[in-house]
Amino acid sequence: MHELVEAMAGMKEADALRIVDEMLVKGEDPKKILDLSSEAMQVVGERYQEGTYFLPELIMAGEMLRKIGEILKPRLAEKQGETRKLGTVVLGTVRGDIHDIGKDIVGFMLEVNGFEVIDLGIDTGEEAFVAAVRDNKPQVLALSGFLSVAFDSMRSTIEEVEKAGLRKDLKVIIGGGQMDDTVRRYTGADAYGDDAMAAVAFAKETVGVM
Amino acid sequence: MAEASWAQMTADERRAWRISQWRNPGLPFANPEAEAEYRARVDRILAAINLEKPDRVPVCLIGGFWGASWAGLTPYDVMSDPAKAAKAWTDFNLEFRLDTQCSPLFAAVSAPMLENLDYRSYSWPGHGVTKEASFQYNERQWMLAEEYDHLIADPSDYLLRVYLPRAVGAFGGFANLSSFCDFIEMPFSSFHMPGWGSPEMIEGLERLAAASRSVGEWWQHMGGMVGGLMAAGFPGYFAGGSKAPFDILGDTLRGTKEVIMDMFRRPDKVLAACERLVPVAINWALKRPGQLGSPVIFLPLHKGADGFMSDEQFNTFYWPTLRAVILGLIEEGCIPFMFAEGHYNQRLEAIMDLPKGTTVWLFDQTDMARAKQTIGKVACIQGNVPLSLMYAGTPQETEEYCRKLVDTVGEGGGFILDTGAVADGGKAENLRAMIRTAQEYGRY
Repeated sequence: MHELVEAMAGMKEADALRIVDEMLVKGEDPKKILDLSSEAMQVVGERYQEGTYFLPELIMAGEMLRKIGEILKPRLAEKQGETRKLGTVVLGTVRGDIHDIGKDIVGFMLEVNGFEVIDLGIDTGEEAFVAAVRDNKPQVLALSGFLSVAFDSMRSTIEEVEKAGLRKDLKVIIGGGQMDDTVRRYTGADAYGDDAMAAVAFAKETVGVM
Repeated sequence: MAEASWAQMTADERRAWRISQWRNPGLPFANPEAEAEYRARVDRILAAINLEKPDRVPVCLIGGFWGASWAGLTPYDVMSDPAKAAKAWTDFNLEFRLDTQCSPLFAAVSAPMLENLDYRSYSWPGHGVTKEASFQYNERQWMLAEEYDHLIADPSDYLLRVYLPRAVGAFGGFANLSSFCDFIEMPFSSFHMPGWGSPEMIEGLERLAAASRSVGEWWQHMGGMVGGLMAAGFPGYFAGGSKAPFDILGDTLRGTKEVIMDMFRRPDKVLAACERLVPVAINWALKRPGQLGSPVIFLPLHKGADGFMSDEQFNTFYWPTLRAVILGLIEEGCIPFMFAEGHYNQRLEAIMDLPKGTTVWLFDQTDMARAKQTIGKVACIQGNVPLSLMYAGTPQETEEYCRKLVDTVGEGGGFILDTGAVADGGKAENLRAMIRTAQEYGRY
């Protein structure tokens, strides 16, 4: 394992940033540093899936990736050739709810697993979800909510997507604090997820990779 | 109770004194039946807390805004109008007749008070979130990383002169004050006082006075409501609240993401801050003017749930100082009530390290059979009826679920039936099914 991957996956933020600096001084290709960072995120994602890492490591890894991205940004001259994505997920916390941590973790894990994630943020109204589904044609719509007020917002979001004629060929998953099969039925979603891994498994199943 | 005699009392004597205060609230009951019912309810809860069998499984509702939604009101309505709130919760309690009051005190907080304070670390209905939504944290760094040393050295000074000016606008002027220690020496007072005349301070003081008037009106309604329900036979449950030191630090000081990164970046500071906050958390619950109405202290737990950290992180950063707060409260004769939202399956063994019959743990989505076999051996457990069932299930499904809880967790006592999280609403018939199950099926 490259020392940068090891430092990032081992939650050694200061070491990781020092290694990035040293690599740049040596004239290393920024693209290679970016690839190594992605590799580290893979390792973190795997450890989370195995149950050795939890929320803290995902947040810390995301922060390291953000910092390294900022360092590399001006050096990555032209836009990198986009790597082929497994599929697209539109993600957001529904109307009336401003919780973002669970949603961010789902977004992180989906990206680590090869999905394009369109994150609409928190307190997202029905019309914003409808527009994002129309514009991005995702395979999966992932609705997040922590409070019981989210039950109704999720239900009305799915209704509006349906009214706009966008429900066909779209799979909807809900997740967050109180979501379970009873809420799934109430909202009309296809699935509910207890954690970020459930969202990844659902998205992979939807696009036909397991 | 004189302080000197309190200091000489043992923890058991203090607890007995607080319990006698709870059983004998010193107000005129509506009639002898109400008085008998009041005492029967308190004794039923106490038996469960003591891990004994009451006459039947007690049933409570640590309700959020359900009292409002049942009356057709939004969270915004009841936070704006305390008269409406008091009426709604009075009607709700008299209708459903739970074993403790379902209280609006932690839900229908006075919005005019919050507006006057310019309270910033939460959004509330109509102020940052929709009128139908409950209040929610504004995740932000209300305390900066470089401020750990100040917090650790002198928490109250830090809170007064750094944190409050940032988190509560009305305290803005406090940022320019020198230490309050200046009053310990007469001549130093001259150095402290100029800050009190600044335009920002004067505006803030006017805001504080206005906030106090708002909450004065609020207390008139709420105090009347609570007293009225007690007189009708319904005891209050919580006398005060506190938090786990890690949650104090993480929820509204550093913020979730920052405190989590602090565990990696500056673990020693996090640990020192949590340890420093132990006596602060104990005093928070105790040092309120007036007597406590019950021995039970409410501690909402947040960042120690499964998934939020590993067992190692829990046993390092979260549990030792939470345990110290719990033991400190027990020493003061209190009964700590831990509101353990989310899943607590990974923690059930660790939290058993507590004296028997001294605490209550309300569980949300925790495996209750396993909870009974572990923490249930030393503590009363409460809760676990899913909000989703209340909201979208049927009375039959609710009854079935509650019967299963009575069978598995209720066996031998030490169990209180309740929802697993703060209920902002649901179907009345499902709530009735939950209550009926405790009252009929839950007989011992």
